[in-house]
Amino acid sequence: MVAAATLERPEARAAGARLTVESVSHAFAIRGAPLPVLDRVSLDVEPGGFVALLGPSGCGKSTLLRLVAGLEPPDQGVIRVDGDLVEGPDPSRLLVFQDPTLYPWRTVRGNVALGLEARGVGRSRAALVDQALGLVGLTGFADVYPHQLSGGMAQRAALARALVNAPRLLLLDEPLGKLDALTRLAMQAEILRLWQEKRFTALLVTHDVEEALVLAERVIVLSDRPAAIRAELSVTAPYPRHRDDSEIVRLRREILGILGQPT
Amino acid sequence: MSGSITAGVAPRAAAPPRRLPQPPWRIVLSGAAWLALAGVTLGLPEADDLPETAAFGSGAAALGLALLALAPVAARLGPLGSRLRYGSPWFTVLALALLVWEAVTAKLALLPMPFFPPPQAILEVFLDDWPKLGGSILASLILLSGGYAIGAATGFVLGVAIGTFRAVGYWAHPVLRFVGPLPATAWLPLAFFVFPSSWSASTFLVALATGFPVTVLTWSGVAGVNKAYFDVARTLGASRGFLILRVAIPAALPHVFVGLFMGLGGSFAVLVVAEMLGVKSGLGWYLQWAQGWAAYANMYAALIVMALMCSSLITLLFRLRDRLLAWQKGLVQW
Repeated sequence: MVAAATLERPEARAAGARLTVESVSHAFAIRGAPLPVLDRVSLDVEPGGFVALLGPSGCGKSTLLRLVAGLEPPDQGVIRVDGDLVEGPDPSRLLVFQDPTLYPWRTVRGNVALGLEARGVGRSRAALVDQALGLVGLTGFADVYPHQLSGGMAQRAALARALVNAPRLLLLDEPLGKLDALTRLAMQAEILRLWQEKRFTALLVTHDVEEALVLAERVIVLSDRPAAIRAELSVTAPYPRHRDDSEIVRLRREILGILGQPT
Repeated sequence: MSGSITAGVAPRAAAPPRRLPQPPWRIVLSGAAWLALAGVTLGLPEADDLPETAAFGSGAAALGLALLALAPVAARLGPLGSRLRYGSPWFTVLALALLVWEAVTAKLALLPMPFFPPPQAILEVFLDDWPKLGGSILASLILLSGGYAIGAATGFVLGVAIGTFRAVGYWAHPVLRFVGPLPATAWLPLAFFVFPSSWSASTFLVALATGFPVTVLTWSGVAGVNKAYFDVARTLGASRGFLILRVAIPAALPHVFVGLFMGLGGSFAVLVVAEMLGVKSGLGWYLQWAQGWAAYANMYAALIVMALMCSSLITLLFRLRDRLLAWQKGLVQW
């Protein structure tokens, strides 16, 4: 009831949450042998901040997001949100996956309403869904099935499905990874606008250096598996940023150097 | 359209036709075929004296005349007209097949008579014996629907439970593997003395034949649900019940329908065998009875009715699936 009441007045709630990751290590068991994926990762994201995790493919970035979302407990270390230990999934911390993972048997409206339905928010559900669809520019597509959507539209629907719950921490797991270059640019601007409007805390995982630099206030560079923090860079250029901004160009060169790529 | 073409642009010779030309001669041809059937039936002398020859022949004539009358106006009949045009080759072939059948049985007596009755003898069965035939359909439908409903419901619940709860899977899986592949008919002797009545025994057998494929396919559907769907729902605050009812089951539904389809086919087989061997009613029993009295025309009539019944039930199942799985692309059409 309390959650429902706050949801209906999103402006009345505190915006972003503070995320603290304290020396988290994690391993997968691959045929009995442990495969370490995270090595004593610590990071701190201030409320309403936008941090990007950058690293080579398969380094364990996505695992970190799953741990923060509470889908799995970390082997070692603790994760706190606003000082509270993360012990399981919670609608205030939402993941947007690389695949939109919309339910094919539900319309766009049904998909966006999923979180409200799961928590039993009955009153004003339709209005909240319409509002979220408007936010991502899918107003005319409420009654369409996911297979009729383009990749970019499906990802917008996935964003709306998260945003309708007014999350305080949005975990973006390479959300634009499968989109074509032009849609990607449009969606980057969209994510930035949503973040500026809603002031949630954002943690973005990507392997696109430019994407990280254009969107985030802080970029954390991770090493190859097991992922450890290699470097942390602040981006001070004002939004909206241009890809040929001198600071962006300099930071990109620096990051590519850290990742061992020729610049 | 006309007059709006700007100068310099060559007007297209002719607009492409909206519909493919469906020559009315197709319908005329099928009408002629039915009239030919009527002519052969009524005109040629027959070896035996068959009571319904006149009814059969005049029915064919009426159909032939109706087709001829509809041919010129088919284009103006809308959906009915286009269905008529679409089906007319089949009407033609049907009439010709009946004509050949009529010729080699009633007229020329080339086939041994009691085993191969002419079409009018089967028509006679429908006209004279319909109360018994109708009662048999009803009995079969009642037995089938009871057993099928029990089997489908049990299979569905069991499949979901096996796919969801580890403990259920632990105990149910070995039993399912050991007992499931056994044809349901193999239980027949046992079922008929364990159950109090042959009717309850047959219901059990039909349920068994339905339950096994439904269980296995529901289970495989639930087990195969994209794990990310669960992750999405869990982060959104879904309860265990929500994960089962709103995620696992809808995602598994396409598999469930394959199981229901297979189960329906299996249940027909068991139904007929059970009716032939134990139950004293239903189409299987009618078949058996007809054969016992060497009433072969009745047997063919029952076979036709049974084919219609099974096909209609499968159509019904596919309609239900199309309604529930409207979100799926590329469904198999029945």
